[in-house]
Amino acid sequence: MSNNPKNLFELQGVSCSFGSLKVIDNLDFGIERGKTTVIIGPSGCGKTVLLKHLIMLIRPSRGKVFFDGKRIDQFNERKLIEMRRRCGFLFQAGALFDSQTVAYNVSFPLYQHTNYSQEQIDDIVREKLEMVGLPGLEDRFPSQLSGGQQKRIALARAISLNPEVVLYDEPTTGLDPIRADTINELILKLQKQLKITSIAVTHDMQSAYKIADRIVMFNHGRVIVDGTADEIRNSADPKVQQFIQGRSEELGNK
Amino acid sequence: MTGILIRKIEGFGLFWLFVFKAVTSPLRRGMYGRSALMRGHLWSQMYEIGILSVPVIMVTGAFVAMTLAVQTFNQLAQMGLEERLGSIINISVVKELGPVLAGLMLAGRVGGALTAELGTMKVTEQIDAVTVMGSDPIRYLVWPRLLACVLLTPMLIIFADIMGVLGGYVISVWHFGVNSHAYWQFSAQTVEQWDIVVGIAKGLFFGAIMALISCHKGFTCQRGASGVGRACTEAFVSSFIAILVMNFIVALVAKAIYDVLYPSKAFF
Repeated sequence: MSNNPKNLFELQGVSCSFGSLKVIDNLDFGIERGKTTVIIGPSGCGKTVLLKHLIMLIRPSRGKVFFDGKRIDQFNERKLIEMRRRCGFLFQAGALFDSQTVAYNVSFPLYQHTNYSQEQIDDIVREKLEMVGLPGLEDRFPSQLSGGQQKRIALARAISLNPEVVLYDEPTTGLDPIRADTINELILKLQKQLKITSIAVTHDMQSAYKIADRIVMFNHGRVIVDGTADEIRNSADPKVQQFIQGRSEELGNK
Repeated sequence: MTGILIRKIEGFGLFWLFVFKAVTSPLRRGMYGRSALMRGHLWSQMYEIGILSVPVIMVTGAFVAMTLAVQTFNQLAQMGLEERLGSIINISVVKELGPVLAGLMLAGRVGGALTAELGTMKVTEQIDAVTVMGSDPIRYLVWPRLLACVLLTPMLIIFADIMGVLGGYVISVWHFGVNSHAYWQFSAQTVEQWDIVVGIAKGLFFGAIMALISCHKGFTCQRGASGVGRACTEAFVSSFIAILVMNFIVALVAKAIYDVLYPSKAFF
């Protein structure tokens, strides 16, 4: 059993290596239900790998991963389906099916997991597209949309089954500041209205401060700081200050 | 050296695991999606793989038989056996050239497209997206493609055979002036139903091996444009060799079965 029932996800002693490269190093980490946890850290530090461990797209080399009290790293693919049905995942580049329409993309999880009629599915697709601010794009193909629009369609797809938890991989990367803020507002709305647990990996500190109940900074496969937005802002750790202020090593040494 | 060998053996094992998962994927039905949705995918794949391949397959069948007629006529004519041209062309087309060249053409046209499509889906995380949405990517992406290739390769071989037979006839009778009645009579004496059935049945194996290799290469594609390109090349080369090897094995097995079924004709 998971140690802390408040945690929806819990990692215990998780390590992950690709060949000789250790990406996650003996990590103990929990994610609280109904809260928004933001994971920050420099590029290549293993944030996305960590996110993929939560949904078992990558299995740990060592350690245990719990979801809702159940150990999922030992689940077979069949058992993982029920767990994944409760989660939404927003990929960094959207990962929309580019040979299918927007409507098909958003309705894919509904076709897979529900017995809704076509009319009900069409209604849900319409509702989700309105939620992400892109109504009426049902018949377009992803290649006909801008990068930001693709990301919002991907978000509509991630929330089409009304998941309990949404995992965001760089939700605001590549968006203009206004669109990025729309996504931030949407994440906040989902969290407040539906009590969705959100886990976001980001570099965008403005976004992190806005949406996070808790910010975790990750580096070299380990958590180096864990706290609220204010605690992170006021952290005395020079590495944290360097990252959140966006100072390069050379500038920081001057 | 040992490392390369281990990686090759590991790759071979992973391919057969992939084959097992692909072939058993319909048994895991019920968990994933709706049959209407899957039927829709199957139809679209059948259109892509089957219908769009008909012209190139027909051209391949016709030109191979026509060239064969041109190359063989002189030898037979010198012996006064030009009326037997139909026997040679039609048995070659129906038993070997039609199926093998149709298979190889499909390995290039369809296999390359399958690997490129699935490889691009892999590097743009679309296959991971299928997984995180609680579906089985092999059932959703590989099964319809495998089924379409297995069902339609034999059909395409029929088109190659028909065009081959017609092409051979046109060159032999219209161009070289071989007697039409004799041409068909010798053809009918030589080509048995068994030859036609075995030739078409080869398509089942060629379609299966080509689809499985191409989909596997797409699923295991490395990142980047060069990764997709390399996967396509490997898929074509592997499918090409696999079709030739499979053709040899099917020919051996078919001959053994024929010898048992028709012992009196076994030496002919």
